[in-house]
Parts: sequence; structure tokens; C-alpha cells
Amino acid sequence: MIQTRGERAFVIFSAIMMVLFTLLAFLPFVLIVVASITEESSLIRNGYSFIPTQISFDSYLYLEASLHTFIRAYGVSFLVTVLGTAVGLLITSMLAYPMSRRDFKYHNVLAFVVFFTMLFNGGVVPSYIMWTQFFNVKDTIWALIVPNLLANGFNVLLVRNYFKNNVPLEIIESAQIDGASELRTFFKIMLPLSVPVMVTVGLFMGLAYWNDWINALYYISKPQYYGIQNLLVQLMNNIQYLNSGQANVVLGAEAVDMPSTSVRMAMAVLGIVPVLFVLPLTQKYLTRGVVIGAVKG
Amino acid sequence: MTKARALKKTLPLFMLAIPGLLYFLINSYLPMFGVFIAFKDVNYAKGIFGSDWIGFDNFTFLFQTKDAWIMTRNTLLYNLVFIALGTVFSIMIAIFMAELLKKVYAKLFMSGLILPNLISMVVLSMLVFAFLNADSGFVNKSILAPLGLPEISWYTESKYWPYILVFIQIWKTAGYGSIVYFASIAGIDKSIYEAAKIDGAGKIRQIRTITLPLLKPTVIILVLMSLGRIFNSDFGLFYQVPMNSGALYSTTQTIDTYVYRALMQLNDIGMSAAAGLYQSIVGFALVVIVNAIVRKVSPENALF
Repeated sequence: MIQTRGERAFVIFSAIMMVLFTLLAFLPFVLIVVASITEESSLIRNGYSFIPTQISFDSYLYLEASLHTFIRAYGVSFLVTVLGTAVGLLITSMLAYPMSRRDFKYHNVLAFVVFFTMLFNGGVVPSYIMWTQFFNVKDTIWALIVPNLLANGFNVLLVRNYFKNNVPLEIIESAQIDGASELRTFFKIMLPLSVPVMVTVGLFMGLAYWNDWINALYYISKPQYYGIQNLLVQLMNNIQYLNSGQANVVLGAEAVDMPSTSVRMAMAVLGIVPVLFVLPLTQKYLTRGVVIGAVKG
Repeated sequence: MTKARALKKTLPLFMLAIPGLLYFLINSYLPMFGVFIAFKDVNYAKGIFGSDWIGFDNFTFLFQTKDAWIMTRNTLLYNLVFIALGTVFSIMIAIFMAELLKKVYAKLFMSGLILPNLISMVVLSMLVFAFLNADSGFVNKSILAPLGLPEISWYTESKYWPYILVFIQIWKTAGYGSIVYFASIAGIDKSIYEAAKIDGAGKIRQIRTITLPLLKPTVIILVLMSLGRIFNSDFGLFYQVPMNSGALYSTTQTIDTYVYRALMQLNDIGMSAAAGLYQSIVGFALVVIVNAIVRKVSPENALF
């Protein structure tokens, strides 16, 4: 393919624009990474900057002092993410499987039951009252796992579509003629043939759990159940409090313990690290999910 | 097939569905029956079911307040701007990305552009705080001060927030949103471009007369689907990013933040439930209307 001069110019222009956009997307992260390795007094004097004036890893060392709180929050986040994603993925795919079977009498009924939850919801108040009054999830680890996050209609339909379009019914039928039970067919045939969609939905769920802070906002009042996100929320509220002026009145020994600005930024950086690890995966799998999800099946 | 055999075939499949089904029944359907709370004067001493019925009083109160207007206006206007600008920027990114000759580069850029969409609203609020906090924020210290401009107390000046929030939303979502458009562009038959080129069409003209028209169906569907969610807002964006600052309510209050504040901070269950039901019902109506339109425009993309 021969390129005209105009075309070449446009390719170069596109490349420049993409570099600019990507820089724009990336620079804010640089700002907080730099802040996290900047000497506290210099940070206060000179403000946030892209070039560290006085490098100091004190904030990361300080994390060691509050290591207990930090590790605990990190642990809570990991536990919730792993458990929630595992259980969520299991019940999502188990529900999607009968829905994908055209020879199953009630597949459309199930699809409607799931689909309707995407159209209408009872709102926050009834759901809040139900989880707190009837299921007593307040200040338990379940509050971080079960309400709203365990499964959603979008993911179930995504998996259903994949099962339906990528695993021919003939394969299932032949397995069952050979005497495989439904359970066996599901685990030994359907799931192994559907690894890509499982990874996609697993990523969606994992990110949702890792990044969630709203469930804790509603249901958690004891800091020992805070994951990393809510620990960050708490730290940010402390800044607000210090800035509000009320702090002067009551500030006592507690203020000394309050982590500095660069420590907060260090924690934010560590909160993003796991996301960076899955970034190469997201490239392939999230893209696929977004595309499948946008095109109805 | 006898009844027993039919049951034997159906039952195992049904058993597999039960855990998920049960979850949806509890998490989604039970609260639907709880919408009656909006018509009650909830009194914990009497219990949810024992509280007095008050008809539409909660709604009457809610719509007499200025809050109802502010949160509805904010929710709708922000969403409209998000949809318009988000679509423009996503398409722009997709077109530029499609021009990149080496796929490796495209993938690299894509990773960078997706990252903002993968972080939590809490981390995002900290990024914003690094830029905007009054004492040491990047904008005040490194942009305004060197220019000799007065510092701005960003978290108390509501007039700047419409621009700030729009910028943040586009920053966060445009890259991710471009994926679908990028996939559509990649699917366009290259020979169309070749033919246009032989006819002497330049690059800009090719984009105007080939790429954009062929993207139109995707744009229409995605815009319509977002219009169906125009009554919902991203709670974190409007609550955590402005640091829950009371001075900013006039430009940051949306229905979702109102529902939370009424329930958790003001302990006004009635108002919160009324606002929540208002959102659910209008939202449902919007989805149904939008779907009817989609079915006219392109039946294969209709949701139901």
C-alpha cells in the first residue's frame, strides 16, 4: 500500500495525538508517585510537582510504623476480592449455563428474571434496610462481599452469550449420550471451553471488588473491616478535618500519629499496584468483554 | 418423552441455576417489594411494617425542597455533557489509534489510556486532590502562582466544579470508551478506503465520508443506551471526588448523592426512599422508551 504525503502526515499527527493523550492519562499518576517519594517539608513548601525536589523514601518507611493497619487493610481487600470473585464467578457461570441451553425448557424464564434486574431496582433504602435489619451484615466481612457485588445481570448475560455462541450444543449432547451428567458436562466441558469469557468476567469482578468502597461506606463502621480503599477514604477525611480548623481545638496526641501527605500518596500508589499487575491481561480480555457486551447476543 | 424423563432432564439444570437465582431474588427482587417504604413514615420503634402509611407525603415534601430540582438538573445535565463529549473523544482516540501502523504501539497506548478507568474513585479523588488542594496542590502552586494569579480554594468554589467533573469523567472514561469504536473501525473493509483513495480522497475526506458514516450505527446504539441511564450517576464521582464538600452541593449534588446523604447523614429515611423510588421509576421509564426507539432504528440491537 503506497502512502501519499497527506496520509503520512496524518499518521504522524495521529501518533503525536496518541502520545499526548497517553501522557495526559499517565501524568497524574506520576504526580502522586513523585509526591510519595518527596520529603514532607519540601512537599508542603513547594507543593506537588512532577520533579521531586528532595527525594526521601520516608513515607514508605513510615508505612512500616503503621504497618499493622496497612497490612490489615490490604489483607481485607485481598480476601474480599479473591473470595468474592471465586464465588461470584461460580454462581454466575452456573446460572448462565442453563440459560444458554436452548433445549432447557425454562431458559427464557431465567433470562428474563436476570434481565429484569438490569431494568429496575428497588433503590438504596429498601436494600439497605434488608441487609442491615434482616441479614445483619453490618460490621461483618459479608457486608463487603455479598450486597450488590456477587453477581450482576450484565455478567450473567455476557457468559450466557459466550456459552451459547461458542460451544455447540452437539458437543454437549454427545457428552451426555456418553453418560456425562449435567454437572460433569458443565465442569468438564463447558468451563474448559470458555476460559476467555471466564477471565473477562473474573477481571470485571476482581476489579469491582478491589475498587469497591461504597459497601463499606454503608455497612461498615469499625475500621478493622476497612479494605485499602476505605482506609484511603478515612485518611482523606482526616485531611479535611485538619483543614477545617476544628482540628485546632481538639488536636492532641492523635495529630502526631496522623500520617503525612506523602504517606497518603504512598498508600494510594500501593493501592494501584495490583491493578497494574492485571493491566496486561485487561488489554486482551477487557477489550473482548467490552466488545461482546456492546453487541447484543 | 414421559414426564419423569423430562423432569430428569430439567432438574439438574435447574439445580445449577439455584444459587445464582437465589442471589438475584434476595439482592434484587426482595428490595423491589420494599418500595412501599417510600409511602411510610418510618419509625424504627414501630418497625418497618408497623410504621404509619402516609401516602405521597414524602414525595410532596421532597419536591417542595430546592434539593429535588438541583439534583435532577445536575444529574441530567452532567449526563448529557458526559455522553456528548465522551462520544466525541472516544471516536477521536479510536480514529487516531487505527492510524498507528504497528500494532504493538497501539496496544501500548491502549494500556495507558485504559488505566484511568481501572482505578477506584477513591484513588481518583486523591489524584484530583494532588492537583487541587488549596495549600500545596499542583494547580495553585505550580500553575497559578508562577503566572501571578491568585490561588483558588477549589473545594469551596462551586462554580468551577462543572468543568472539573466533566474533565475528570472524560479523562477517566474516554480511553476505555474508544475500545468499541476501535473494534468497529478495525472491522471496516480496507478496499473501501483504497477505492476512495484512487478517486483522490484525502485522509480527512476518507474519515468524513467513510469512517464516520460507518460508525454511525454504533454511535446511535451506544448513545441511546447511555440515554437510558441518564437518571443515574456515578456516586463516587460526585461524592468522593469533591471530598463531600458542603459548599459544592449546588453543582455536585446528584440523585445518588442525595439518596446517600438523606439516608446515612440526615437519617431521613422518608426523603431518601422517595428520591430513590423517583430515580428507579423514571430510570425504568427511560429504558423502556429508549428501547422502543432502538427497536425502530435497528431491531437487532434492541434490548428486549
